[in-house]
Amino acid sequence: MSQAAGTLKHYFVTSEQQFDAAKMGMWLFLVTEILLFSGMFVAYAVYRAWHPEVFAHASELLDWRLGGLNTLVLLASSFTVALSIHFVQKGQNRKVVVLLLITLLCVAIFMVIKYFEYTGKFAHGIFPGAGYAPHGEAYAEYDIPFAPQFFSIYFIMTGIHGVHVLVGMGLFVWLVTRVVRGHFSSAWYTPVELTGLYWHLVDIIWIFLFPLLYLI
Amino acid sequence: MHEGSYLGASRGLKSWLLTTDHKRIGILYAVAIAAFFLLGGILAILVRTELTAPGETVFGQDQYNQLFTLHGVVMVFLVIIPGIPGILGNFVLPIQIGAKDVAFPRLNLASWYIFMAGAVLAVLGWLLVGKVDTGWTFYTPYSSGASNAVLWLTSAVFVAGFASIFTGLNFIVTVHKMRAPGMTWNRLPLFVWAIYATAIVQVLATPVIGITMVLLFLEKLLQIGIFDPALGGDPVLFQHFFWFYSHPAVYIMILPAMGIISDLMGTFSRQQVSGYTFIALSSVAIAFLGFLVWGHHMFVAGQSALSSIIFSMLTFLIGIPTGIKVFNWVATMYKGSVWLQTPMLYALMFLFLFTIGGLTGIMVGVLAVDVHLHDTYFVVAHFHYVMMGGALIGLIGGLHYWWPKITGRLYNETAGRIAAVLVFIGFNLTFFTQFILGSRGMPRRYHDYSALMDVMPEAAMLNLASSLGSYILAAGLVMILVYALHSLFRGKLASANPWGACTLEWTHTGPVPDAHNFHETPLVTRGPYDFHLADDVFGSDEEDS
Amino acid sequence: MGDQGTVWLPEAASTVAGDVDALFYFILWVSTILFIGVIGTMVLFAWRFRRRSSQDRPQPVRENKLIEASWIVVPTLLVAIVFVWGFRVFLELGIAPPNSYEIDVRARKWSWLFEYSSGAQSSELHVPVHRPVKLRMISEDVIHSFFVPAFRVKADVFAGRYSYVWFEATRQDTFVVACAEYCGMAHSQMLTRVVVHSQDDFENWLANNAADADMTPAERGERLYSQQGCFACHSLDGIELTGPSFQGLAGSTRMFTDGTSAEADANYLRQAIVNPAAEIVQGYEALMPGTYSSLSAADLDALVAFIEAQ
Ligand code: HEA
Ligand code: HEA
Ligand code: HEC
Ligand code: CUA
Ligand SMILES: [Cu+2]
Repeated sequence: MSQAAGTLKHYFVTSEQQFDAAKMGMWLFLVTEILLFSGMFVAYAVYRAWHPEVFAHASELLDWRLGGLNTLVLLASSFTVALSIHFVQKGQNRKVVVLLLITLLCVAIFMVIKYFEYTGKFAHGIFPGAGYAPHGEAYAEYDIPFAPQFFSIYFIMTGIHGVHVLVGMGLFVWLVTRVVRGHFSSAWYTPVELTGLYWHLVDIIWIFLFPLLYLI
Repeated sequence: MHEGSYLGASRGLKSWLLTTDHKRIGILYAVAIAAFFLLGGILAILVRTELTAPGETVFGQDQYNQLFTLHGVVMVFLVIIPGIPGILGNFVLPIQIGAKDVAFPRLNLASWYIFMAGAVLAVLGWLLVGKVDTGWTFYTPYSSGASNAVLWLTSAVFVAGFASIFTGLNFIVTVHKMRAPGMTWNRLPLFVWAIYATAIVQVLATPVIGITMVLLFLEKLLQIGIFDPALGGDPVLFQHFFWFYSHPAVYIMILPAMGIISDLMGTFSRQQVSGYTFIALSSVAIAFLGFLVWGHHMFVAGQSALSSIIFSMLTFLIGIPTGIKVFNWVATMYKGSVWLQTPMLYALMFLFLFTIGGLTGIMVGVLAVDVHLHDTYFVVAHFHYVMMGGALIGLIGGLHYWWPKITGRLYNETAGRIAAVLVFIGFNLTFFTQFILGSRGMPRRYHDYSALMDVMPEAAMLNLASSLGSYILAAGLVMILVYALHSLFRGKLASANPWGACTLEWTHTGPVPDAHNFHETPLVTRGPYDFHLADDVFGSDEEDS
Repeated sequence: MGDQGTVWLPEAASTVAGDVDALFYFILWVSTILFIGVIGTMVLFAWRFRRRSSQDRPQPVRENKLIEASWIVVPTLLVAIVFVWGFRVFLELGIAPPNSYEIDVRARKWSWLFEYSSGAQSSELHVPVHRPVKLRMISEDVIHSFFVPAFRVKADVFAGRYSYVWFEATRQDTFVVACAEYCGMAHSQMLTRVVVHSQDDFENWLANNAADADMTPAERGERLYSQQGCFACHSLDGIELTGPSFQGLAGSTRMFTDGTSAEADANYLRQAIVNPAAEIVQGYEALMPGTYSSLSAADLDALVAFIEAQ
């Protein structure tokens, strides 16, 4: 692989070494992300094991259609990101820009849907923690012990996931500007590949969140 | 001072604060951590001063509780966890494997800033919001009901945790990808192995304390009811979360020190470190087993008897790889040429103190015995023997050892030995007495033990002895600080390899390494302790007679 | 309080204490021997192989597989013994005999309340000798831990769930009960005593403490003052604890943090007990628990009468 001038840092010997190092670093970072979420999954599992009926009942309040739509949107975005990596390897930067913009669109749709889900809940007094005071049709009956725990966990997990999605959005905008300015070539496209890895992780976490919170 | 060295390569405060040179970052850590150690130490001395006599002597209950909380938090999160990886890992590890820098130098600098941001948060919370008196363990529901300064402190721990994660990540990648040609895995110095094992624990365990702190934060802010029984939560769940990180964290503290001891034992015995492979792999074994024993902090916290039994059994297993290390270090001296310079004194001191700390760890790991000893001063003594007597004595030994490489100067050997003796005597006086206090029934976190006096009249005498010991210990440590500062400005210039060591940082660079460590990438042809193959190492201007 | 125990351990006054102590001393001695072995060898080697000249070139020592294996096997055997032993004593500590006498325990900042099946209540624990006693414990606020060094028992006490501990005292005497889990400001003052009676004395004690019909309100208030743990924060002799002393309190003028003030009449006192957060006395923090609102009207009257008598 030939090397675009100026991108090899002085403390690396070869660009393969540099690329491998960056990739390994990213993988390790993703491991820490998984562990971060696993703490919340454990809290979820523990409370679900203690109060299965309450959790099953409370999850009915979440709209699986909206969640499902969001799953599709995220899957689509993962696909476009994968494609954009494919094309940046071939040096077809125009296509990369288009694909990244489509990705951004998907991400935006995801966040908009999330916004409506959240405000829909808030409108009926479903807040995380002490503010929990469900009222209104179909909601009032959820004023039962341990339902607040379900929604606290729901808001925390989807909230932290949402923060990751926002970070992802920022990264895609940054990538688009760099592609447009011609920073990447088939010889060097590490940031695109690493952002892609990150995005797949965000996607995978959602794939777990969706059935656990909305379906079962 | 040394032209072309990393110290002289560029000048001015900015060149330090914006440096990406791993050696300078190591020094940034050293300065910060020395300051935090001084702070934590002063808090400890205040704690001990309150306890010199029964009844209220200097501080009220409330102040006392804040003192030990801050002492614990500062020492654990700002001193001992970042300590060895931050200072010596940064300075030494890349040179030892023949690299020009770590894999991600800018991330490395960022880690330092993140770490400092954590420290600033902790201090700000203290100054702006007020007291935190939860103990370093932040047990719920006490912590979720306590003052809002807890929010600041938990954020501080969260933020500092990320510094630890990034440091670990950086080192793992560095060890995998940046080794010089010929630097095979079984030629890695044992210090590198130790930092590598530590880094794995950092990366795998720290995110869990991160999320625990987030949950605690939200518990306090929004009352999400995960941990607080008044809201339907479970306080023991918090303890599981906390110890799932904090037990592995004790190996984040001790493993790097063990690495230093391996290097010291080899160098100052001028002998191959006995059982190299065993020592290297036992680090990994300890790192792995360390994830499975957290429940031994909760034997009386109402976890099921079955889990207690399993946790107790796994706890004992850790004694075995650790024992392998201890025995091999002793065996390293066999038929060697043992040179009792200050760093070696600290290595021997480590063996002495850590063995006591480790064996008493086994004692508190025994189910029935821990029921009596839990939350008494016996536990306090145990963990000071391993943390101060183990990890920090290791760090101090390592700082002495690499001092000439870092500063290019020698410290005063006589002063070094006197200080070492003071530290040794002071330490044992402070903490050995606490074993007896604890097993006779003095609970920890006690501002006042006068009500215990009619059942244990000796408590007054033992506590006084412990406090006096802490003053001797402090005197020894201050003495180190003084001669270290003196050496910085007035010390004799050091040669490239004053100890006759065999690892790369001594043999392939000048007295003080230059900014890029090596002019050309070294080719490694022998192991890190092959003293018999390294004629070039000896015959230099050594300091002894 | 009788004998002083051994150098390492306090007096032993329960049936399990002997077993725990034997185990403790076994590990202590094994550890001491191991320690002397390791450090003795270390000192020996450091002296015997000390450096003679800077030109020393020691030859590498061939590793001895037998030794390497032995220091894996021997410690493994040792920890196996200790584990099995510790496990058996632990089971003994954990399982109360079926005929145990049960007492309910409430822990709160920073006092203990013991409730007996006869209806009697006390802030010190009273138990019969030579009879297994099982405590069912619950906390009203944060985690506490019930610890009797002389019995070698300890168990954390939580809000919202019961935890248990049992022991059989072997001597008539009094022993210290400490709180071993950090629970806030006055954690180190959360001590009380366990009084071990003969079987007959214990019955008498129960009988004496059950009846309260013939007490004046102030006398009942005094008992509530100790049972409800007011003493943890309010002294009777003017000494400042977490809260203001009751000495001379009634009738005095109270200044509050919000700048207002009031005279401490009976209504004020009642209000201060039922709803302590309403007004905070200057110089103090809002640390008084709100749980006393559940006291009966009669109990409140008694407490107020008691405070007025101080
Ligand atoms: C550097 C930090 C460090 C290290 C290395 C250790 C090491 C060990 N610790 Fe310790 N520990 C702490 C820091 C540390 N600990 C802290 C901070 C606490 C209290 C936290 C709090 O509550 O605030 C604590 C508390 C603590 C408890 C809980 C006590 C209680 O609260 O009731 C237990 C219980 O099992 C325990 C066990 C052990 C064991 C078995 C080891 C083992 O790793 C030790 C292994 C070493 C040896 C065994 C010695 C060498 C071996 C030989 C010479 C071979 C022969 C050995 C045998 C035959 C066994 N520790
Ligand atoms: C790294 C960890 C660490 C270290 C090093 C220490 C060091 C010391 N600790 Fe502490 N300690 C803890 C971690 C540590 N501690 C923890 C986690 C707790 C539990 C807190 C809790 O319950 O929540 C605790 C609790 C604790 C208690 C129990 C309080 C209680 O339960 O009521 C006591 C009491 O004696 C104590 C004493 C001391 C003393 C005298 C020292 C001395 O060794 C200190 C000596 C140091 C100095 C005097 C500073 C001198 C430094 C310089 C001059 C700078 C020079 C710089 C260089 C040499 C580089 N500590
Ligand atoms: C955990 C500590 C604590 C306990 C236990 C406690 N108090 Fe208090 N109490 C306080 C504090 C602190 C104040 C002062 C702050 C305030 O006004 O709320 C106070 C204030 C009071 C006052 C007002 C005093 C004044 O100076 O005006 C009364 C009356 C009182 N307590 C009665 C009681 C009684 C009766 C009990 C037991 C049934 C009790 N307290 C238990 C901490 C406690
Ligand atoms: Cu109650 Cu400590
Ligand atoms: Cu542990």
